[in-house]
Amino acid sequence: MTTSSITAEVPRQRGEGAEGPVLEVRDLHVEFKTREGVVKAVNGVNYSVSSGETLAVLGESGSGKSVTAQAIMGILDSPPGRVSKGEILFQGRDILQLPESERRKLRGPKMAMIFQDALSALNPVFSVGNQLGEMFRVHQGMSKKDAKAKSIELMERVKIPAARSRVNDYPHQFSGGMRQRIMIAMALALEPDLIIADEPTTALDVTVQAQVMDLLADLQREYNMGLILITHDLGVVADVADKIAVMYAGRIVEQAPIHELYKRPAHPYTRGLLDSIPRLDQKGQELYAIKGLPPNLLKTPSGCAFNPRCPKAQDICRTEVPALLPVTERDGTELAGRGSACHFREEQLHG
Amino acid sequence: MSELTKSTAGAGPAQTAPAAPAEPAIARVTQWGEIRHRFLANKLAVIGLVLVALLFLVAIFAPLLSPHDPYAQDLTNTLQGPGGDHLLGTDALGRDQLSRILYGSRIAVVVGLASIFLACVIGIAVGALAGYFGRGTDSVLMRIADVFFAFPLLIGAIVIIIVMGRGVTPVIISLAVFSWPTVSRLLRSSILSVREADYVLAARALGANTRRIILRHILPNSIAAVMAYAAFNVGGAIVAEASLSFLGVGVSPEVPEWGNMLAAAKDFMGVKDYLWTYPSIAIVLTVLGFVFVGDGLRDALDPKLR
Amino acid sequence: MGRYVIRRLGQMVVVLFGATVVLFCCLFVLPGDPVGSLGGDKARDPAVVEQLRERYGLNDPLPVQYGNFVKNLAQGDLGEDFTQRRPVTEILQPKLVNTAELAITAIVIDIVIGLLAGLVAALFRYSFWDVLITLLTTMAVGFPSFVIGMVLQKAFVVELPWFPLISDGTVNSLILPAFTLAILDAALVARLMRGTMLEVLRADYVKTAIAKGLPRRTVLFKHVMRNSIIPVVTYLGISFGTLLGGALITEAIFNWDGIGLALVQAVQQQNNPIIIGVVSFGVAVFVLLNLIVDLLYAVLDPRIRLA
Repeated sequence: MTTSSITAEVPRQRGEGAEGPVLEVRDLHVEFKTREGVVKAVNGVNYSVSSGETLAVLGESGSGKSVTAQAIMGILDSPPGRVSKGEILFQGRDILQLPESERRKLRGPKMAMIFQDALSALNPVFSVGNQLGEMFRVHQGMSKKDAKAKSIELMERVKIPAARSRVNDYPHQFSGGMRQRIMIAMALALEPDLIIADEPTTALDVTVQAQVMDLLADLQREYNMGLILITHDLGVVADVADKIAVMYAGRIVEQAPIHELYKRPAHPYTRGLLDSIPRLDQKGQELYAIKGLPPNLLKTPSGCAFNPRCPKAQDICRTEVPALLPVTERDGTELAGRGSACHFREEQLHG
Repeated sequence: MSELTKSTAGAGPAQTAPAAPAEPAIARVTQWGEIRHRFLANKLAVIGLVLVALLFLVAIFAPLLSPHDPYAQDLTNTLQGPGGDHLLGTDALGRDQLSRILYGSRIAVVVGLASIFLACVIGIAVGALAGYFGRGTDSVLMRIADVFFAFPLLIGAIVIIIVMGRGVTPVIISLAVFSWPTVSRLLRSSILSVREADYVLAARALGANTRRIILRHILPNSIAAVMAYAAFNVGGAIVAEASLSFLGVGVSPEVPEWGNMLAAAKDFMGVKDYLWTYPSIAIVLTVLGFVFVGDGLRDALDPKLR
Repeated sequence: MGRYVIRRLGQMVVVLFGATVVLFCCLFVLPGDPVGSLGGDKARDPAVVEQLRERYGLNDPLPVQYGNFVKNLAQGDLGEDFTQRRPVTEILQPKLVNTAELAITAIVIDIVIGLLAGLVAALFRYSFWDVLITLLTTMAVGFPSFVIGMVLQKAFVVELPWFPLISDGTVNSLILPAFTLAILDAALVARLMRGTMLEVLRADYVKTAIAKGLPRRTVLFKHVMRNSIIPVVTYLGISFGTLLGGALITEAIFNWDGIGLALVQAVQQQNNPIIIGVVSFGVAVFVLLNLIVDLLYAVLDPRIRLA
């Protein structure tokens, strides 16, 4: 496995204070035992987020982006899933070493998660006030009455109209956008240092997507939290993310500050993703699509997992797994914060 | 992540179905073929099928298998323990237990099948009409179904038997009369769910008439649920029939029937236990057979319900 | 909610009305003389029969008879029985208490054992306990209550003399009949509970609850339980019919002096007023219970729209 070679440390980002990043994932491996064999869902992922910073994690379904998030939160389905290797440093300590009771106390006050489909992620038989208030009752021992007042406050915070009269309503009585606001309110309740949002707008109408995303970005700035934004949609993240990690088959294939990635991708997969975004100035032309299917994690292709779909694949791509290495300018200066796991990353970047 | 768990969870039944690549010529796996395959892959279902098949064989060949006349009393040989000439002993009137158990399977099979068949016929007719026509017809028919559903099965059956007297036919009718509402409800809800399905709308758009739509398009798709119900409930009907006889309101007491035998054996509890153990085993195996087949059928028809 | 309750009450009245018609038709209209063997063989004297028919209003036109029948039933007046000439309500009341005692104990056993077994099986899926519980509950479905009753008698009366064979009115004598009545339903509740819970455990909102940092017991006993018991509640309502049937058998086996035993005896004696009393009561309770369960269902699951 060449995955550990990323100790070629991703260069430091702005905003990383003296105390270091809020979260740092080091060489994380996650696998699932299934009847057909062991599925290696995450194979050596490294990334970090600092306070006030937004990291976008991009990938198709099955790329391991959500599994990584669940491993960080400690909510993997285990069995069958388990972290087989790696460290997750949260505010400097490896939380994988903590007993479950300690980790539980982190969830909510320190780190929180927003799920994709709020309708199924909220319990259908309890009122939203009850579910929001639970955060305060459980973690802060607040009385029912106070917790409800807090819930109303939270709902107002995420701009739910008539919060006071709706606090006793059930999830199914809200619209999709409002439900996702409730999810966000719940994650924010105890003002955590890290929020992981797993495709927070995918299930929403396009018109509502922007509103919810703006709300999330505003609140993140306000509370100066670290935010990991998991998505499969490059369009969503452009305005809110600081940096981006592109995942494929359980590995990070490219890492970059967000705008540089759009300008000059250093991996053919990223290139393909960018080319498949419909653009107004190319109206009438056929839309680009990455050929082939996402890899089967039971038997990932040898060499670079992307090679069967890659238009530029050479022999070396079928035999050697490319490590995530820094990319350089033509004159040899390293590009800050950039890395690519492609044997031909320089050609891709400059070509 | 969710994609991942789903794919592994669904991998079981769905992926066992396609034929092995070794025989490409017979690739056309019909829906029924697939159902049969899933059914036979279920061990309990196969055990159930074997038990039911055995029951049928015993019922058909009872006269050949029985060593004695099940009605013949032998007052010099009463309450003999198992062994010798009477493999499973004799009862208080000297009748051969084994023969009576073997003959008892006939009542079980006849009452079980006939009452459920009758219940399904009434239930399908009422449910299909209610489900298809909806509105007024639906609410009238469903209120009628409610009335019969309101009688707990055994209690309702007893009322019918008071009117008709004891015997096999009254037992069959009494069980059917209070069982059909379940079938109707099942069928009706299943019809309601397919009535608005695209293929039915398509058939209607193509000008198919009502009768044709019910018979060709709706019933075949709704009948699956009823079939699973039927298989499962034959066992229940056999228990109900034996219960009636056990209470002394089923078939006549001299008839070789399991409930009758147990009722008579009750008085010898702890003294002549063979009198109740063997008929009990017969009825338990019978009921389990039908339950396993019913469960297997339900799972095979709708793997999602697992 | 209010309007729904009223509509359902209306439906209930219709159903009860229909049930009385069925009952009346069976016992009064169809051939067979309700006075039949009344008063033993001596009653065969035509004059006596006539007198009895007059006394029970059997000579009135049918609609009048039906009117009286329903009127009396609605007032809870079930008339006098044929054998003891005592008011039916007076005869049935103590028996009703006995049956209720038996049924309620059985339901409590159902719920406790069923929920617990289902819970354990679901939480420790594929473990030894899961396999054992699944096996036992699968087998239990094949055991009719009379077989269970006799097996229990053999085991705990004959072999281990812990309980009396015939009920003596003590709590001790309640245990075997209650278990006989409960085992089948407990098995079905356990199976249902296991199935639903496995589904609920996979639900996204459970993941949310864990991600919120809730303690395991809160996740389980609040978020999982509350969603898992909904189908169980519905099942218990429907199963009441089976429970009443099972009570007939159980009371016969253990000579439990309840309405089930009374019904069976009344059938043998053609004691129609008792039959009518027990059957009407059974139907009324069953219908009422189903209504309550439907309402409870709506309370437990806010997604159910009452329309």
